Amino acid sequence: MKARPGAHRGARARPPFWRDVRVLRWAYQLAVLAAVVAFIAWLVANVRSNSEEIGIPTGYGYLDNPAQFPIPDSSFRQTQPVRDAIVVGLVNTLRVTIIGIIAATILGTLVGIGRLSGNWLVRNLARAYVETLRNIPLLLIIVFAYLGLALTAFPRIEDAWQPLDLAVISNRGVVVPALDGSAWALVLGIAIACGAGWLVARWRRSIADRSGRNAHILLWTLATGVAIVLVTWFAADYALDIPELEGRIVTGGIRLSPEYFAILFALVIYTASHIAEIVRGSIQAVHRGQAEAAASLGLSSAQRLRLVILPQAFRIAVPPLGNQYLNLAKNSTLGAVVSYYELALVTSISVGNGAPAVPSYLLTLTIFIVLSLILSALVNLANRRLALVER
Amino acid sequence: MTATRWLRHNLFRGPVDSVVTVLVALATGYVLWSAVQFVFVTGRWEIIEVNLKLLMVGRYPDVHLPRVGISLVIASTVGGLLAGVVHRRQLDAGTATRTSARDLVDRFWPVAIGIAMLLALSSSVGPWLVAAGSIGGAVAGRFLGAALPRAFHLPIVVGALITPFALVFYLADGQGWNEWGGIMVNVFIAIGATILSFPLGVFAALGRRSKLPVIRGISTGYIELFRGAPLFVLLLMAGVALQLFVPAELAPGRVIRAIVVFTLFTGAYMAEIVRGGLQSVPRSQEEAARSLALSPVRITFLIVLPQALRNVIPAQVGQFISLFKDTTLAGAALGLFEVLEVGTAITQQGTFAGQELLPETFAFIAFLFWIGAYTMSRESQRVERKLGVGHR
Repeated sequence: MKARPGAHRGARARPPFWRDVRVLRWAYQLAVLAAVVAFIAWLVANVRSNSEEIGIPTGYGYLDNPAQFPIPDSSFRQTQPVRDAIVVGLVNTLRVTIIGIIAATILGTLVGIGRLSGNWLVRNLARAYVETLRNIPLLLIIVFAYLGLALTAFPRIEDAWQPLDLAVISNRGVVVPALDGSAWALVLGIAIACGAGWLVARWRRSIADRSGRNAHILLWTLATGVAIVLVTWFAADYALDIPELEGRIVTGGIRLSPEYFAILFALVIYTASHIAEIVRGSIQAVHRGQAEAAASLGLSSAQRLRLVILPQAFRIAVPPLGNQYLNLAKNSTLGAVVSYYELALVTSISVGNGAPAVPSYLLTLTIFIVLSLILSALVNLANRRLALVER
Repeated sequence: MTATRWLRHNLFRGPVDSVVTVLVALATGYVLWSAVQFVFVTGRWEIIEVNLKLLMVGRYPDVHLPRVGISLVIASTVGGLLAGVVHRRQLDAGTATRTSARDLVDRFWPVAIGIAMLLALSSSVGPWLVAAGSIGGAVAGRFLGAALPRAFHLPIVVGALITPFALVFYLADGQGWNEWGGIMVNVFIAIGATILSFPLGVFAALGRRSKLPVIRGISTGYIELFRGAPLFVLLLMAGVALQLFVPAELAPGRVIRAIVVFTLFTGAYMAEIVRGGLQSVPRSQEEAARSLALSPVRITFLIVLPQALRNVIPAQVGQFISLFKDTTLAGAALGLFEVLEVGTAITQQGTFAGQELLPETFAFIAFLFWIGAYTMSRESQRVERKLGVGHR
């Protein structure tokens, strides 16, 4: 190509503004922004005018009105304001979410390790569990756990199941043993036990590092922890409160309502099937060479798993596990279908009782988005702490 | 390996292993025995036989039922044609693998059992005709698609893209889609929301990677808001409030409400999937395209996106499966007459009320979903292996 005279100078001069990339960029962004803002303004205006026409208020004043519905298994009465009902709903949501996350992680890890077992039967049983539960709708499991298990398959209270005389299972709910005494003292005791166990583990490790002999780190740590927990137990005068059935009345223990049992049970077995796949994938993602190198150092198969493979697998598993925890938190809203009074049901009933729909649901959505942000911040924190420090 | 060695290696490797094996075998045996008893002896499947139509197509008018059958036959024929075209292309490219009869059994046994089950439960000739037509159409389409010259490939693909829309209008002619029910409406919502959410997800993903802060902010906001919100609450809200967001004369029906929510929700997840795919395309591709003086729009749509989308086919199938399962929420939230709602209704009302037939009904519905989800996830794993994602 032949250079035109003046081409050099032309490249330096500014192009006209309608072809200037910097101007175009901002014009383009402003246009999109204006379109989005206009669209949202249109939606808001529609909500305003439509609500006015039907005569629904659009503000948040309804939060102070009496809720006009009671919430079972709580001290909430119908004269209390909607605001309090939402708090009770949030607490119920958290009850399912937190217990569900813990239980699903334990079950999922067991099944995930089971999928890699050397035992053909265990391996295929774990596989069947995962492939069945992962591929059917969660809502179906929840409704079945409620209508099919908790309300019909469980016996009437007169002939309730009492496995090992520890729990009372009937169609009025599941009553499990409770701890009698100050919960705080126990939490404190466990915290002290963990701290002391950590110190002992460090001390024994330093001995092992110096002498090169086996210092029985695990044994020492466990013994310290158990000793401290036992001392707290007796010092704070604990007793297990085992539920007892007398006629048709259950005394003692903690009662889980059929609704709570159904949503918790279904969420745990469903989420565990997803967690199992994550655990399996993460273990398999650890490079084969790691296990081989550990074997060549003379570590036993249990040591290989505990010291070399699982720590690395856990690192890979954290982000997807966090996603599953978020899903579990959001799926807990399905408790509404089996009339478990969590946030979605509380919102839905208060809307039915006259609270304005748009503000109510926007509030619930906001709570969940904040909940998601907190959970993902926790997961990110764990991820940063565990992430490999690259050279 | 001989049988005894296999047993010793896989089941009885040591005393602990042997005890575990025996205990697990006893428990598994008991559960399997109960399951077989339930399916063939104790289960009272009349509830499914009587309500089969309700579970499949809801209250679709009887006179128009042939429309459903014809649509199924057309859909399977088009699917067969597409598979044939893909096979032909792979033959030409030298990447085709031979499919043995054993592979086919391994891939499609759940579908075969499902068809057999539905035929056993049905009490008229219609389903037999539809099954024969669909299987015949799929097989014929597969061979025809592979035999036709290349000139036909583009028309076939374009036709396959138009078919779903044509079929929806054909079916809606028999009964408006807001009255649809049964598993037909689950499939309709899942496919409709997937098709609509796809462009939304692609644009949101491109927007999130844009260098322009406003575009990036809007895309990120949309994605994070809809990923943080529970689907069920969104559906509940759409059920009572969606009509407030639009002028009164546009007030949507229940199915449209469901599709709007599922589309917005899936779009956010689709965006994250596509973003992953965009990140997997090497930078050098874009640099090479730029050195050929392609415009930015062409670089995105001709060079980067095709490779990105190819890499995320399995993830998109996974998203479709979870959407398909989630369509059951529309029944509980919006009162849509989808299959789970039908199942709950037939066990609690009418002739079968109070007979505790929930296990039979839910086992049937769960099996329907299981067939679809399991087959699709297996097929997508096959595609993944074929594309060699992660092995290049």
